[in-house]
Amino acid sequence: MTDVMADERLHLPGGHEGPASKRIVTGYGFWIFLLSDMVMFSCFFAAYAVLSGQTAGGPKGSEIFDLRNVAIETGCLLLSSFACGLAAIAAGVRNETWFQIAMAVTCILGLAFLAIEFNEFASLVARGAGPSRSAFLSAFFALVGCHGLHVSAGILWLLTMMAQVFAKGFRADILRRFLCFALFWHALDIIWVAVFSVVYLLGSTS
Amino acid sequence: MLGKLTWAAIPFDQPIPLITGAAVLVVLLAVLIWIVVAGHLPYLWREWITSVDHKRIGVMYTLLALVMLLRGFADAIMMRGQQAIAFHSQGYLPPEHYNQIFSAHGTIMIFFVAMPFVIGLMNLVVPLQLGVRDVAFPTLNSVGFWLTATGALLVNVSLVVGEFARTGWLPYPPLSELTYSPGVGVDYYLWSLQISGVGTLVAGINLVVTVLKLRTRGMSYLRMPMFCWTTLASNLLIVAAFPILTATLAMLILDRYFGFHFFTNEAGGNMMMFMNLIWAWGHPEVYILVLPAFGIFSEVVATFSGKPLFGYRSMVLATMAICVISFMVWLHHFFTMGAGADVNAIFGIASMIIAVPTGVKIYNWLFTMYGGRIRFATPMLWSIGFMVTFILGGLTGVLVAVPPADFLLHNSLFLVAHFHNVIIGGVLFGAFAGYTYWFPKAFGFRLHEGLGHAAFWFWLVGFYVAFMPMYWLGFLGMTRRMQHYDVAEWRPWLMVAAAGVVLIMIGILFQIAQLVVSIRNRAELRDVTGDPWDGRSLEWATASPPPVFNFAVLPDVKGPDTYWEWKRHARRGDAAGGEPAYRDIEMPRNSPTGFMCAFFATVMGFALIWHIWWMVLLGGIGAFATFVVFAWRDHDEYVVPATEVARIDRLYREGRAAAVNAMGSPS
Repeated sequence: MTDVMADERLHLPGGHEGPASKRIVTGYGFWIFLLSDMVMFSCFFAAYAVLSGQTAGGPKGSEIFDLRNVAIETGCLLLSSFACGLAAIAAGVRNETWFQIAMAVTCILGLAFLAIEFNEFASLVARGAGPSRSAFLSAFFALVGCHGLHVSAGILWLLTMMAQVFAKGFRADILRRFLCFALFWHALDIIWVAVFSVVYLLGSTS
Repeated sequence: MLGKLTWAAIPFDQPIPLITGAAVLVVLLAVLIWIVVAGHLPYLWREWITSVDHKRIGVMYTLLALVMLLRGFADAIMMRGQQAIAFHSQGYLPPEHYNQIFSAHGTIMIFFVAMPFVIGLMNLVVPLQLGVRDVAFPTLNSVGFWLTATGALLVNVSLVVGEFARTGWLPYPPLSELTYSPGVGVDYYLWSLQISGVGTLVAGINLVVTVLKLRTRGMSYLRMPMFCWTTLASNLLIVAAFPILTATLAMLILDRYFGFHFFTNEAGGNMMMFMNLIWAWGHPEVYILVLPAFGIFSEVVATFSGKPLFGYRSMVLATMAICVISFMVWLHHFFTMGAGADVNAIFGIASMIIAVPTGVKIYNWLFTMYGGRIRFATPMLWSIGFMVTFILGGLTGVLVAVPPADFLLHNSLFLVAHFHNVIIGGVLFGAFAGYTYWFPKAFGFRLHEGLGHAAFWFWLVGFYVAFMPMYWLGFLGMTRRMQHYDVAEWRPWLMVAAAGVVLIMIGILFQIAQLVVSIRNRAELRDVTGDPWDGRSLEWATASPPPVFNFAVLPDVKGPDTYWEWKRHARRGDAAGGEPAYRDIEMPRNSPTGFMCAFFATVMGFALIWHIWWMVLLGGIGAFATFVVFAWRDHDEYVVPATEVARIDRLYREGRAAAVNAMGSPS
């Protein structure tokens, strides 16, 4: 019985061609990492959803969110992703000048995003609406701050990539690393779209 | 300058941790001095510390687990001793110390024994079973191991510098919040788990990609050995569950360090959210640990029964079903919290459903043994011991999955007996089976059989003597984590449990003796064939220990149980003879990245625990610099020339042929 089954398996279609190439393996691994990162974010989203009503007498979302500011912030981040895409095209055709320019633009837009976010945080803290004011604000600062930390880490990575391409050119391993960076940067956009909708849009109507 | 760290952090007034700490320090220093004086340091640095070879890293993971097992077991002896004495008295452990001990025991046994043990075995074996040369990301693999070691180190530092958490192995708020745990104990817990958690995540990603993307030619999914399947399931769970732990602990850190209100009792915090989040990680974690053990049993039972695994496909289905359902049962850890009858009923039913695929597995192992020619070698003994013990643990688990029963048994010693029953009987027995089974593969010689049998019997009997009384104590109403008590009916059972721990200790002593004796007699126990157990999968199709590149030529897989089939064909005499065409092999170069990274992580973790902010910054910069240096190197691979590959492979083939001829028949 078992032998028959074994022989059946032997003739299964889909013969496997052997280990995948390094580029596939690296990209695939980074995708898996991104998924795990999304799971982490989803915990902060869940915590925010649970705690968003717990204002403890402090300000509600609609009292502190400035949608105009957030719109500019969102614009910066989405445009930086566009610039990152241009950098990927430049890397694809091995044009270092355009690669560096596009990466610099990505960086500047990312920094602008961070500056606006930092401003928002600082003014909230100054108004006495810091993270220790209420559970709602704790969850807000943690969720948005976690995304901000990711963007900051991304900028550190971005600068390292620029330096590496400058020093070593478009080597295969550096291109693989850049592929991961681009995935990371775009993934942060996806997270931000969720932050924008769940936190700011829903929050400003509450 | 040094944050909260002062001389008061050293427990000069507590003899037990101080003497233990001093003794460990002296032994550690002596070993280090011996290594340096005897000139072993360059060898260790070159061959182990900077190694990115999955086999070496697997061995180091396992070694870490074995060492930490001794530490965790010392805690267990102290707890059983305390409860045996502390009837109408305070015993010998003051409450604040006793609380640290049960917290450290749980934390160490789960995170620094069970986890590194199974990850070590997966690391060692899976690339060999898949017929490839290494895992997907060899350097990251080393980073993962060293970060795990950092976590273990920090937990042990807490023994002498400061204190460990008194909050249990999962730091439930509000007890773990700053108001009620102002010391550094919880911070030690939090940072050592955050750091080792990153290591575990890295290992998980690595092994998932290895199984999904790096199989040798012809190794389709349904031809993979069962251990690869359970590795895949377990590591998918790591990737999906460990970020939850990271996020949850991060929230608690924010509460403690920056006055956030995630789980506090004031300002709208919700401590029940902690239970939900931590168990959304914690229940999958149970299966992260036990699924690899199931894989080990599948390999061992098939090998020592001389039969293919019964119901391979149902086993695959059962594994993946457990992988999915394990995310849907977390609430059964706190039925008493009051989620309501409907919610409790749903999670109770889900918890019973997950027992079904596990039952399928048990029957598959039994039917694999049925009609087989069973050899009762040590790994097989652990497997049979497991089947009996685990069924019992599983049944008591189904019992507590019934919410009304759980309301009576919750937090009692019944529960303690239940989870030790599944974790010792499942995970640890599995790890020991795997350890004995693959030891010859890793080192080229077998472990002593007689001492292995003795260790098994003392463990098995010791386990029953230690934990069966606890089921009864639970029925008698004894709750867990009691530093002293005054109920006379409990006393005799606690004495029996203490006797059980002594039996287990004898088992552990036999294991140590087994290791020492086997190393001394390694010449007699040598395995020259690479296949000491008449194995079925590809890890036995290469030398023991395998060369750094594992296989001189990547095997071409035509069906399941590949190596078994090769041997069958060889016996019939229709095997493809002659030498393969050897080629140059590219292998990843060693790298100190993992070790350096862990060094800075240790500095950073310690500084975070003690609020030494400049040192935090220093550690962060160091870790980043390590990665930049790593990213900057120009040659990350070296080439093993074809002539060298041929030389190594011929040596193995000659040894194997000689051994086979000496036996009189082809293996």
